[in-house]
Amino acid sequence: MSHYVLLVQSTSHALKAEKLLRQHLIIPKLIPVPRHLSSDCGVCLRISAAEKDPIIEILKNAKMEIKSEHPFPATNRSNR
Amino acid sequence: MIYLDNAATSWPKPPCVANAMTTYLQQAAANPGRSAHHMALDSARYIYEAREAISELFKAPDPLSVIFTPNGTTALNTALFGLLRPKMHVITSSMEHNSMMRPLRELENRSVALTVINCDQGFLDPFRIQAAIRQNTRLIAITHASNVTGAIFPIAEIGKIARKHGILLLVDAAQTAGTIPIDLEQDGIDLLAFTGHKSLYGPMGTGGLVFGERVDLHDVNPLIHGGTGSASEYEEQPEFLPDKFESGTPNGVGLAGMAASIRWLQEIGIDTIHKKKQALTTQLFHGLQQIPGVNIQPVPAAAAHTGVLSFTLDNMDPATAGTRLDEEYDILCRIGLHCSPASHRTMGTFPQGTIRFGIGYFNTAEEIDQAIAAISDLAKAGS
Repeated sequence: MSHYVLLVQSTSHALKAEKLLRQHLIIPKLIPVPRHLSSDCGVCLRISAAEKDPIIEILKNAKMEIKSEHPFPATNRSNR
Repeated sequence: MIYLDNAATSWPKPPCVANAMTTYLQQAAANPGRSAHHMALDSARYIYEAREAISELFKAPDPLSVIFTPNGTTALNTALFGLLRPKMHVITSSMEHNSMMRPLRELENRSVALTVINCDQGFLDPFRIQAAIRQNTRLIAITHASNVTGAIFPIAEIGKIARKHGILLLVDAAQTAGTIPIDLEQDGIDLLAFTGHKSLYGPMGTGGLVFGERVDLHDVNPLIHGGTGSASEYEEQPEFLPDKFESGTPNGVGLAGMAASIRWLQEIGIDTIHKKKQALTTQLFHGLQQIPGVNIQPVPAAAAHTGVLSFTLDNMDPATAGTRLDEEYDILCRIGLHCSPASHRTMGTFPQGTIRFGIGYFNTAEEIDQAIAAISDLAKAGS
């Protein structure tokens, strides 16, 4: 199954997103931010590619800022 | 032992507090928000639970608008030093705790203009606040209830005045968080400073500041700068909540305990707890009132009271009474100025102070009877 990662501002934001998505019966995986995406020491949300659009919709409706989204693991396309 | 010092720190705590803290320490005490392994995330989840609990309790706009500090004092300092600049004007009351008054006096030394509204007999008249507003008034910084008399101030009325004039309202909820319902929006509060170890029944080392939506974060400088586990590629402080004001490793174990205590509080119901404390306070008031030589500070109607009673004895100074209550009657209370010289000046009990009984949910009617009997004994001593 292919995945995406969504980068948010901080661990607190990732936890807020996790909680919100669980209410919609979506279980994201919180993983360290991949080094090639950011030098941040925080976590990001790993989600299944199939659920990406509804997840982004849910987060945007909750006024949650998504810093960026990337296919995971990285492909040439994503690796800017 | 009879513990009547709940206005300083509540005791005992509900058992769920120690349980949550033990579980946290045994299973989840990794560094929250820094490392990203599953135990660090579990640790961060405990803290997020605490954020949610506070956010629900005070009807905050978002769990992330809650920042945690080591205590209420740090929260007040964060708001005051963060917002106020030279030549700005701030209004406060003559019933403030030193956690508010000392930072304000320091800011006054740094050219911030300060107006202290006198509270006759400890009651705050909102019209006096309205009359004190100037063109450069930036903030009304006020306690929600006196830690000396227990009087609750009409915060929603003050909130309306603040909004009408486009001024921010900072409320010190040390005595009221968990005692009476607080609603950021309905009460017109922009910044709410709270502590975890009093009427929230949590452990010491917990507290925080809740930001309302009218506060422009860019206008508030953090008191402490440092590592947040976020935006680590930058050497400048992040601008977003909660990280802007939460540098350094947080008190995970304390917050785990506070989250548990707030859930307990919500299960029992703040109203239920308040009613019980009101009944005990009324019992204490009527009991003390009948003892010759006891002078109780003016108390508002029971509905507008936190469960704190201050009094003096004609025949004995408060320090002697406190020692005798402890040693001879095993009654623990707080005597003196209660970190609030301004209040005691207002009430005419400066510098000797008063004896203060702070009632908590776990006190009983029998304990109050015993306390009344002890004061009756002491009031007779030497007469």
